[in-house]
Amino acid sequence: MTYEKILFFIFAMSACGGALGVVLAQRVARMAFWLIVSLGSVAGLYFMLHADFVAATQIIIYVGGTLVLLIFGIMLTATGPHVKIQTSPGELVMGAAVGVTLLFLIQGTVRSVDWNKAAIVTSGGEFQQNEGQGYNPTGQGNTIRPLGMALLGLRPDKDLGAPEEAGLSSGYLFPFEIVSIHLLVVLVGASYLARAKQRTRPTV
Amino acid sequence: MNFFPIATNIVDYLQDSVGLTNGLAMVLAALIHGSLLVGIFMGTPVVWIWGERKIAGRIQDRLGPTRVGGRFGWLQSVADGIKLIQKEDLVPPAADSMLYRMAPYMVCVAAFGTMMVLPFGETWVAVASDIGLYVLVAILSLEVIGIILAGYSSGSKWSLFGGMREAAQMVSYEIPLSLCAIIPITVAGSLNLVEITQLQSGWANNWLIFHDPFVLITFFVYFTVATASCKRAPFDLAEAESELVGGFHTEYSGMRWSFFFMGEYAAMFVVCAVAAILFLGGWNSGIAPLDAALLEMRALSADGSFQPMSYLSNAIGMGILISKGWALVFVQVWVRWTLPRLRIDQVMITCLKYLIPMSCFLFLGTICFPLVKFYFSAQWEPVMENGKQVEINGEKQWDLIDSNTSIWAPKADKWAKPNISAPAEDVETSQLILPNSTPIDDGELADVDRQVAGGTR
Amino acid sequence: MGLESYLLVGAVLFVSGVVCMATKRNGIGLLMGVELVLNGANVNFVAFSRYTTLGLDGQIVSLFVIVLAAAEAAVALSIALNFYNNHLTIDVDRGDELKG
Repeated sequence: MTYEKILFFIFAMSACGGALGVVLAQRVARMAFWLIVSLGSVAGLYFMLHADFVAATQIIIYVGGTLVLLIFGIMLTATGPHVKIQTSPGELVMGAAVGVTLLFLIQGTVRSVDWNKAAIVTSGGEFQQNEGQGYNPTGQGNTIRPLGMALLGLRPDKDLGAPEEAGLSSGYLFPFEIVSIHLLVVLVGASYLARAKQRTRPTV
Repeated sequence: MNFFPIATNIVDYLQDSVGLTNGLAMVLAALIHGSLLVGIFMGTPVVWIWGERKIAGRIQDRLGPTRVGGRFGWLQSVADGIKLIQKEDLVPPAADSMLYRMAPYMVCVAAFGTMMVLPFGETWVAVASDIGLYVLVAILSLEVIGIILAGYSSGSKWSLFGGMREAAQMVSYEIPLSLCAIIPITVAGSLNLVEITQLQSGWANNWLIFHDPFVLITFFVYFTVATASCKRAPFDLAEAESELVGGFHTEYSGMRWSFFFMGEYAAMFVVCAVAAILFLGGWNSGIAPLDAALLEMRALSADGSFQPMSYLSNAIGMGILISKGWALVFVQVWVRWTLPRLRIDQVMITCLKYLIPMSCFLFLGTICFPLVKFYFSAQWEPVMENGKQVEINGEKQWDLIDSNTSIWAPKADKWAKPNISAPAEDVETSQLILPNSTPIDDGELADVDRQVAGGTR
Repeated sequence: MGLESYLLVGAVLFVSGVVCMATKRNGIGLLMGVELVLNGANVNFVAFSRYTTLGLDGQIVSLFVIVLAAAEAAVALSIALNFYNNHLTIDVDRGDELKG
């Protein structure tokens, strides 16, 4: 499928380009803009991976929620218009050196794994060649029902016939509940931390 | 995700009948449908900038535009466009020039991107996703970023105030918008916009707005919230001319300024089209015989071949959807020129104190309504008492004195048969759902429990 | 185009995030670096879910990461606002004194 390759190339380039833009930009507002580009393209990559729900969640929570919050933060902490805090060139060079080293390290590790071999896995006690398998191999992005069922412990993507899989499990329901409590605590905590206070000194 | 389902038929046609190569046919089909979408995106502002002026004029007892292009001034939008293209594209010296230039495009892209998942006909949808509505709301929420960046990067206090107000307003109104959109979703049982519309075929009483009183109220709440979320009057605080000059687009001029307007009108059309799909039957006309005929025409190309009649049927469906959307846009324009503008605190109070609790209540009501309706409409009879079926005088009856452990059930014919495509071993499970069939003792119940537990694995 | 291409994108995002955290002096810039790191990890999770037998686990974990990152951003932002209230700047190099 050529058009998938073209789309992947566009999204991957803009995701990586946006990430580099975040590193190289000096103004904070521009960093936020490049982050929007990067995270939006990552959502596009999720669509390419047939994970529609994750992609839409990425857009609505990350790009539409978290980044708006970040831009608000930039506005509230700016001492002048379009605030610039320079990084010293020495630090930048060192950071670049560390980054390139780390990238080569990660890429070397990825290259050293034979992913085709790793794709041969046990499923129901039998070895299976996993060519073109994985979740959603047919190009259907219908993930919301399977995701909802997986939260309750039903796994349509796994082999249910395996005897060791028998017995009820709560799936991801418990982590889900913990996350909901966590969000509530964060909501209260964040509003407590950021409540209006007397400034120590008058604003410049 | 199903890329370009609409294009496949016409690609096949171009390949087989016209004799183009595969790549060329795909490009041509993509161009045809892409230009259709861009046409809707560009056509809506062109029609409605003229329409709004005309309606505003009539409401204020004026004539509105009359000169350009003949009797009704119908070329007014084109004249406006030509004027805007000629204007100088100014960037204020205090502005962050890159962000200042980018912001209008972001607003436009967000509004246009929603049309990717908006179904204009049964098979006329660019991306037929099963979470269409969720994707649509997600993409629509990106509009706020363009506005907040425009406000911040202009380097002007009016822009900054306008941008902050707008961001606060849009982020707040996203909550009731999503809650109101969930309500028809719970009724339809699907997030897929195509499935939701297919559910509403037949006469107009099948439309979800007439499903129950809660959904009826929800439609009006949704419409209010949608008006606010695309910053239309009486919620247009972001660009309140009397206090903020022009809000977040104070510093903009020329084409970049008009991009904001294109985005605004497109967003108006999109939220109204979503309202039409969720509540008002989408591309269904509401006249059962007509819909049936259109459905038959569409079914011609069920085998994947290109049929002009099926194409025509989809085009008619698109016309119906667009006219429903435009009717709602007309109401938004009407409201704008009728009601005075709210204060910013009133806007926020309307959302946080009234609309959110209201939509929560409506959500609960819509969930509970089928239960209440069923409770009153079903004929109830006792089936179990202390684990035994009640039988007095050869008829099943209920002894009111010993009402400790008992199960009442509606008569079997009142139940809709549960649509369980389960393997044969689950037959006993259905006895739990249809308790009137046979008495069940505790041992059997435990068996069933085990089977249910095994089945859900 | 396959698993390794996606892993490369994830690696670039991750490394950019790490470098961003290491070099930026703006508190909110650091936060953006954290978001990039989390996104790099998320790309890997979803790619593994598509191309290996990780199945839906990858997608669910990435959903949890997205939600928790939103919570983390809210808290970090309120800390940044507090920092700004106390130091009148968002430059994290100035935060070298141990008093509230």
